Amino acid sequence: MAELKAKTPLDDFAPMTVGTVTLEETDLGILTSVAPFRDRAKAVADRVKDGHGIAWPANGRATGKDGARAIWFGRDMVLVAGPTPDPGLAHDAAVTDQSDAWTAVTLSGADAEDVLARLVPMDLSVATFKRGHTARTQIQHMNGSVTRVGADRFLILVFRSMAGTLLHDLQRAMESVAARG
Amino acid sequence: MRVAGKGRIDRSQTLSFAFDGNSYRGHPGDTLASALLANDIRMVGRSFKYHRPRGILTAGSEEPNALVTVGRGPATDPNVRATVQELYQGLSARSQNAWPSLAFDLMSVNDLAAPFLGAGFYYKTFMWPRAFWEKLYEPVIRRAAGLGALGPEKDADHYDKAYAFCDVLVIGAGPAGLMAAWTAAQSGLQVILADEDSVMGGRLNAETLEVDGQPGADWAVDMVAKLSQMDNVRLMPRTTVTGAYDGGTFGALERVSHHMAAVPKGGGKETFWRIVAGRSVLAAGAIERPIAFQNNDRPGIMTAGAVRAYLNRWGVSPGKAVTVFANNDDAHRTATDLQEAGVHIAAVIDSRNDVQAKGDYKLLTGAMVDGSSGRGGLSAISIRTASGSEKIMTDCLAMSGGWNPTVHMTCHMNGRPTWNEAIASFVPTHGAIPGMETAGACNGAFSTAACLAEGEKAARACIEALGGSVGDVAIPAAEDGFYAIGPLWAVPGKGRAWIDFQNDVSVKDIKQAARENFTSVEHMKRYTTQGMATDQGKNSNVAALALLADATGRGIPETGTTTFRPPFSPVALAALGAGAQGTGFAPERRTTSDAATRAAGAPMIEAGLWYRPSYFPQAGEKTWRQSCDREVGYVREAVGVCDVSTLGKIDIQGPDAAKLLDFVYINMFSTLKEGRVRYGLMLREDGFVMDDGTTARMGPNHYVMTTTTAAAGQVMRHLEFVTQALHPEWDVRIVSVTEQWAQFAVAGPKARDLLNDLLDAPIDNDSWPFMACGPVSVQGVEGRLFRISFSGEHAYEVAVPARYGDSLFRTLKARAEAMDGGAYGMEALNVLRIEKGFITHAEIHGRVTAGDVGMGRMMSQKKDFVGKTMAARPGLTDDGREQLVGLKPVGAVKQLTAGAHIYSDGEEPVRAHDQGYVTSVGFSPTLGHFIGLGFVQDGLMRRGEVLNMVDHLRGIQTRVELCDPVFFDPEGGRTRG
Repeated sequence: MAELKAKTPLDDFAPMTVGTVTLEETDLGILTSVAPFRDRAKAVADRVKDGHGIAWPANGRATGKDGARAIWFGRDMVLVAGPTPDPGLAHDAAVTDQSDAWTAVTLSGADAEDVLARLVPMDLSVATFKRGHTARTQIQHMNGSVTRVGADRFLILVFRSMAGTLLHDLQRAMESVAARG
Repeated sequence: MRVAGKGRIDRSQTLSFAFDGNSYRGHPGDTLASALLANDIRMVGRSFKYHRPRGILTAGSEEPNALVTVGRGPATDPNVRATVQELYQGLSARSQNAWPSLAFDLMSVNDLAAPFLGAGFYYKTFMWPRAFWEKLYEPVIRRAAGLGALGPEKDADHYDKAYAFCDVLVIGAGPAGLMAAWTAAQSGLQVILADEDSVMGGRLNAETLEVDGQPGADWAVDMVAKLSQMDNVRLMPRTTVTGAYDGGTFGALERVSHHMAAVPKGGGKETFWRIVAGRSVLAAGAIERPIAFQNNDRPGIMTAGAVRAYLNRWGVSPGKAVTVFANNDDAHRTATDLQEAGVHIAAVIDSRNDVQAKGDYKLLTGAMVDGSSGRGGLSAISIRTASGSEKIMTDCLAMSGGWNPTVHMTCHMNGRPTWNEAIASFVPTHGAIPGMETAGACNGAFSTAACLAEGEKAARACIEALGGSVGDVAIPAAEDGFYAIGPLWAVPGKGRAWIDFQNDVSVKDIKQAARENFTSVEHMKRYTTQGMATDQGKNSNVAALALLADATGRGIPETGTTTFRPPFSPVALAALGAGAQGTGFAPERRTTSDAATRAAGAPMIEAGLWYRPSYFPQAGEKTWRQSCDREVGYVREAVGVCDVSTLGKIDIQGPDAAKLLDFVYINMFSTLKEGRVRYGLMLREDGFVMDDGTTARMGPNHYVMTTTTAAAGQVMRHLEFVTQALHPEWDVRIVSVTEQWAQFAVAGPKARDLLNDLLDAPIDNDSWPFMACGPVSVQGVEGRLFRISFSGEHAYEVAVPARYGDSLFRTLKARAEAMDGGAYGMEALNVLRIEKGFITHAEIHGRVTAGDVGMGRMMSQKKDFVGKTMAARPGLTDDGREQLVGLKPVGAVKQLTAGAHIYSDGEEPVRAHDQGYVTSVGFSPTLGHFIGLGFVQDGLMRRGEVLNMVDHLRGIQTRVELCDPVFFDPEGGRTRG
């Protein structure tokens, strides 16, 4: 009996560098949306902290590091990226597997901010959008999530089905910025 | 001609360029206009309406005459202002609106017909006969009038859109803008300084005035260098701020590659910026206004400030014997600057009486220029003085009727400017744009010293408003002359004196408008077309309304201005629509089976943003119907496979999850057992059907709702509204899982056999009866299985995490094919569901009730739900509503068409007799004839009646019998089997 083969949203897209900016598909591991039930936010936060070593993020913030992150993902919801969720979380929160729902890419390099300035209608400059800041926003015409994970490194998530459009839009913006020299 | 020792361009390098096919030379730093003037080219275009020869009037973005076409083929840019276009090696420009050539233009006969073509000509002439407008008048006029034309090919160039953010946006980098940016920068705030020119400095680059003891242009260079070193300052040259919008948002157009021979690979031609600023400083300068006199449009007649700019910045004198005609002191500097450079000044004519010469030139006071002559360009002017008239030979007339502050941006949010008698012009009204300060010439401050001081003051106001602080900022010393002016709008006399050069509007036209009672400035504008060309009347608005005021016996402030609207200067639609051409218009959503589906040759159709297969063609099939019939057969006789991942899937969890479901569906869900699925219908608040679908109970407090593909977003938004606004006290959480799962329908008598080949634990009818659901293991992968059917057959939907979707689809398709089945597309899916009378959004289109689709009795009496109250309104429950029926052909014509309407026998098929309409049709290979669904008045009670289906669009009439919408297996035995 043939085994089912797994494919990544961008189908193992090889990293691409244009000018100073590199785009790569990012394997975030297991993605879990965690939405605490009423009055259970603290219990959930403690469990995430104790079980996974990640602080529960405030609104508009992301915590943790590569391999284990907690990304604010909208009203009363956090996306835990990396670890297998503590089964006990389900007592206090709506826990939903989202591992396959999102295309995740990392955009990095000196001009990464300039590239995103062509697609994202919010101020992502380091003065206002520091490392550990995250937003649910638009990437060109797509709703998604943008997180600054390094000095010039951004984690970008859009729906899995829009992987091709994301790649197209980012590549256009990267080329346009690079062409300015 | 070039003038030795003048100009700020690099004369050590030479660039060659072409105009109308002839080669010329220029230098880096030239604009096309300065290079043409340096080569003594005076005539560069023909006017819009009368095809009169025109030259270069100005040295800036306000240029109305010198519009050219740059480039060829798909990279053509029409209507490029020669005064804005920077010169580059190999630039090729063509004149516009002339045929066969610029010098000999056949359409210039229009000028001879001028007495008949005045204001209102079109309105009066082309009223009748009506049909002639579209067929005759408009094409003829369009051919004769008009400016440059786009190439027929698709634009080959890329354009960008981008966002920028700052604390203080400074618009314009003349002395006021530079000083404002410098001051704001000292406070540490984030500053953007945008200027439409390639070189910052504004008028400092065009004048010989000093700042801080050095040439003003040098001071500007130093200042720009200092600003460029600051981390908190962003300089945006070649960037025109085009509009002021709500919330401190500005539009701005950056010309990225127009100054290059070729757009760099991957690069854009222009970038349209949206800049969001905490505060803004408008330092947009002023635009010099021409004076209207007879034949004031002859090439060689220019604004006085432009002549200075060409001399001082580009080292070009537009003439060998220059005359100046002015009503203000400022213009006298044109004479002194030219004289110092060694250019002969034939005369200075000043309309004021009490004026002293500023240098050693012939000054005629109380005099006016009342005519010009010269073929193809100016050779002489005629002058009227108190003592009589005289003629002066001159090849360049520098005219100045004073300066108009560039108040445009301050009026973009409905503000009106204020009349300032001292400068005979309008100035900004403070507070017209929230958070905007105005400084310098655009504020009516015309001396360099005043500009610098106002720039500093405006920046200070911004800093304070933003809670910042700044120490003392030294304001450099500069010229602080008094701007003396005596208003002069038009020289009285015969002939045509031009006001709006770009739309060929003369003083006479404006007077005629007033005579014909178009006395409102807005009416005058539309009647004469003054100010309606691409320069938006930058050179003509104030003079036009001054003349209108005079003609109607009112003051200028009472007459008022027309409305200044964005954009300040033309913006290519390609820039506004950047990134949205073609498929860039919207994201493409692709299912996990997309690659395999396209590889199978399936034509794709759009379903919202998704792409789904229409059908899977096979060799030998000539029409889609053949493929569709075959695929229907798979499901009815063997097994078919279809990707249904596009349906919305919403994960609902929490102690109050069942309450939410009961509230949003018309039927009961709290009674649904774990491991079971139920069909439900949702209403909008207004009582009409919103969506339908199934919801599965996966655990005690865990449900998965499915929506239709089309309404997935709408249902999610609805659930957010209900949980956030209507019942925030409920403990329930919702999240979309549409993208997490790849889900496939496996339908047909052999469906279970196929699945049991793949499932790690086989199922049977007892373990997995109709409407059962639960977790399964699919070849070691944790998935979900739902026994639901949209085809009326024994069917399942199997879901796996999306990463396995491609693999599972290929496996299912191959196995189905081995069992005499295969993949089926949307066409077959549609036929299958019509055979069963299942509804889609073709039926629940937003104007039908649950009762209309035969589900009125599903509305629970035991609970409240969204839409219940409004669904009970008289209009929604009355007899006579159109209700869902099945339709089958019973006459000679067998075809049914969606969109056709239904009429009774013997009644004319017109709107008044309309009985209903057809929503969905398909040819049923199972039944051997067309079947349809539709809505007919009181249709539920009229089964068996024969009516007429009339498709007015396609010209089809079919006798149809109303029947039960369930055409096939009405007992449902096949589904449960």
